[in-house]
Amino acid sequence: MSGAWREYLGLGVALGALVLAFGALTDHFLSRATFAVIASQVPAAILVAVGMTFVLILAGIDLSVGSVLGLAGAVLGAALGPLGLSLPAGLLATLLTGLLCGALNGALSVYVRLPSFIVTLGMMEIARGTAYTVSRSQTAYLGARVEWIAETTVLGLSPATLVALAAAAVGQIVLSRTLFGRYVVAIGTNEEAVRLSGIDPRPIKWIVFAASGLLAGLAAVVHTARLASADPNAGSGLELQAIAAVVIGGTSLMGGRGSVVRSLFGVVIIAVLGTGLAQMGAAEPVKRLITGCVIVAAVVIDRYRNRSQGREGQ
Amino acid sequence: MPAAVLLRAESLAKTYTTPALADVSLELRGGEVHALVGENGAGKSTLARILVGLTKPDAGRMLREGHAYAPSGKAEAARRGVAIVLQELNLVESLTVAEQVLLGAWPSRLGFVDRRALREQAHAALGRVGLRGIDLERPVRSLGVGQRQMLAMAAALARPCRVLILDEPTAALSEHEAERLFAEMERLKAEGAAILYASHRLEEVRRLADRVTVLRDGRVVATRERGEATSAELVQLMVGRDAGSRPPRDARPTPSGEPVLRIRGLRRGRVLRDVSFELGRGEILGLAGLMGSGRTETVRALFGADRVEGGEIELRGRRLPRFFTSPKQAVAHGIALVTENRKDEGLLLPLSVRANLTLARLSELCRRGFVRPEAETAAARTLASRLGVKCASLEQPVRQLSGGNQQKVVLGRWLDRDFDVLLCDEPTRGVDVAARAEIHEHLQELAAAGKAVLVVSSEIEELRALCDRIVVLSAGSVAATFGREGFDQDAILVAALRDHAGGKGAA
Repeated sequence: MSGAWREYLGLGVALGALVLAFGALTDHFLSRATFAVIASQVPAAILVAVGMTFVLILAGIDLSVGSVLGLAGAVLGAALGPLGLSLPAGLLATLLTGLLCGALNGALSVYVRLPSFIVTLGMMEIARGTAYTVSRSQTAYLGARVEWIAETTVLGLSPATLVALAAAAVGQIVLSRTLFGRYVVAIGTNEEAVRLSGIDPRPIKWIVFAASGLLAGLAAVVHTARLASADPNAGSGLELQAIAAVVIGGTSLMGGRGSVVRSLFGVVIIAVLGTGLAQMGAAEPVKRLITGCVIVAAVVIDRYRNRSQGREGQ
Repeated sequence: MPAAVLLRAESLAKTYTTPALADVSLELRGGEVHALVGENGAGKSTLARILVGLTKPDAGRMLREGHAYAPSGKAEAARRGVAIVLQELNLVESLTVAEQVLLGAWPSRLGFVDRRALREQAHAALGRVGLRGIDLERPVRSLGVGQRQMLAMAAALARPCRVLILDEPTAALSEHEAERLFAEMERLKAEGAAILYASHRLEEVRRLADRVTVLRDGRVVATRERGEATSAELVQLMVGRDAGSRPPRDARPTPSGEPVLRIRGLRRGRVLRDVSFELGRGEILGLAGLMGSGRTETVRALFGADRVEGGEIELRGRRLPRFFTSPKQAVAHGIALVTENRKDEGLLLPLSVRANLTLARLSELCRRGFVRPEAETAAARTLASRLGVKCASLEQPVRQLSGGNQQKVVLGRWLDRDFDVLLCDEPTRGVDVAARAEIHEHLQELAAAGKAVLVVSSEIEELRALCDRIVVLSAGSVAATFGREGFDQDAILVAALRDHAGGKGAA
């Protein structure tokens, strides 16, 4: 396993350095409260990033996840509010909403052969519009019925965090150990070669897009629970944040290469950066500026590392 | 008095993970064709790339007519009069033919491309390589492999050059196209240019080269003047042992003739008009024809990779309702394909040798959806040793292997799957002699084991050595079929040209 650890070393060191730097620069960054804030923020981003990792490895993209999160959250709000459904039924409706959006993305991009960029850009608008319609553009307060999901238990972890970590673990195992994961990497590397090896790439790609939608639905539950309310604006911009996190983790936008665990590091790095800068008193514009620089720098470093590993053959 | 040395390389060395070149010195003299031979992986491409600055040597130096020469890339090399046509064509698919030919040197006026001058210059450059009839506004993407090769050649020659480096230039060419290339080489030579000609094809080398340098494992093992070395001696120098001649075809029993696959009237658009043949158990059937005759299209149609418009297919005596509609279906019916272009359609280049070897049967190496690493490694190891794939380890990216070893990996993917029919499209293109002999041997073995093998090749010589029968395609239909006793280069060529005669210079 030494190879596997080395794979995470760079990101681990970067994260550690970031934490220590903020610890040195502010009085109270290294405190339980800070970590509680970060831990409460990351689960939704992790869930979305897990799905995004798979989509990017396939050389696709899913721009709709933020809006799908908003729509699924609105469905949860409507289910538990005006419709008066039970919590399990509401949760089921939320997840199904995500799954449906993802499956539609997949069907259009895989079977109708439209670029996933366009399909998911369309879905981004469709889902957001539907979210406003479903919620009548109102934030629905749900309170204690969902709040418990995001509340810390004795172990210091909330059910939301546990679900997110479990999803990441399952994602990493699927990607690295299963037939499905191997096919995903192979398709992202050279789809035609896979097809000519007698494997139909289409169902695999479709499942990946559907799963990305499902995970956005799950993220909606987590996000709604944290705020104790369903906000139709929830998740706007999350798609770009997730892509940034995944790319910081070294997944290639060109497909064929990536790791869920590394995406997890990416999510946490972005969250630490955001929280740390806020504690230093940085204004929103400065935060965005610095985050942007970090994203670009991470990709530059990753590119350099890959080149030095002797990609040049004869 | 010996001719002037136009380009001199002294003690060049380059190491990737393993040494690719060590202490290589070479002289290119004006008015000579200098052949560079060696197995794939011997360092020919690395040397060629260093000479035009695409790769930086770790040690050594180069002199261009006595002046220090360390180009930073193709552009600077071109300014110093050194041009290259790479084995891997770097063409921009979306450009037009004219734009591609002059890429990097578009004539312009006030910042706008001067289309008329562009067309005129491109026309002149293309005429030099015999592509005069081609539509200058055609997109590069619509060209076949052979035309692309000639286009790359035209691009290299569009600017005046004193030293021309050709890396495996005839691999994708039909014999007709190759002749055009040779004529152009003769012309440049007569003008006093030096040509470095890297090739596997010893017949060509013997015919064209004034001197031959043999590389083995990154070192120069010999340089011979014209007529000094026989082909057999060159082969021995290249592989470092007596490689033996081609595998004896006759060691294999004559196939029973019981047909496994039979197709009739296969049609698709203008490329396939009427293709019919049958393929027997234990038979190796050759499919010959010029570029654009429908060879690749026939194979792809049989494999379900492209849609078919009409025709009948019979497999193991049973008539199928239609041709396969997907490769998956074809594979499920016991058909396997070794693709024409291993880099684009065959391999997962950045992935390991292991992942590439097991791709087609990974599902069998799983338990409940999980890949069994030991089973996979064992399967890959068995295949790699059975095929003699030379790699540092099974985890080495297949990108780093030589062409011959890459081709073995593509073939190996199918070997322990259950198939009856193996379709091979140019199975030895860009592959060195030793690896080619090994691949031929594997195909013979498969046939001897009762598989039906279809081989497409641009080299009639290869088909003659390998096949029981040769079907010749001409402009999308079968022009002739030859049995072993009737194999005759000229007759095959005449048949191949039958329907292409109508002035299709570069089809």
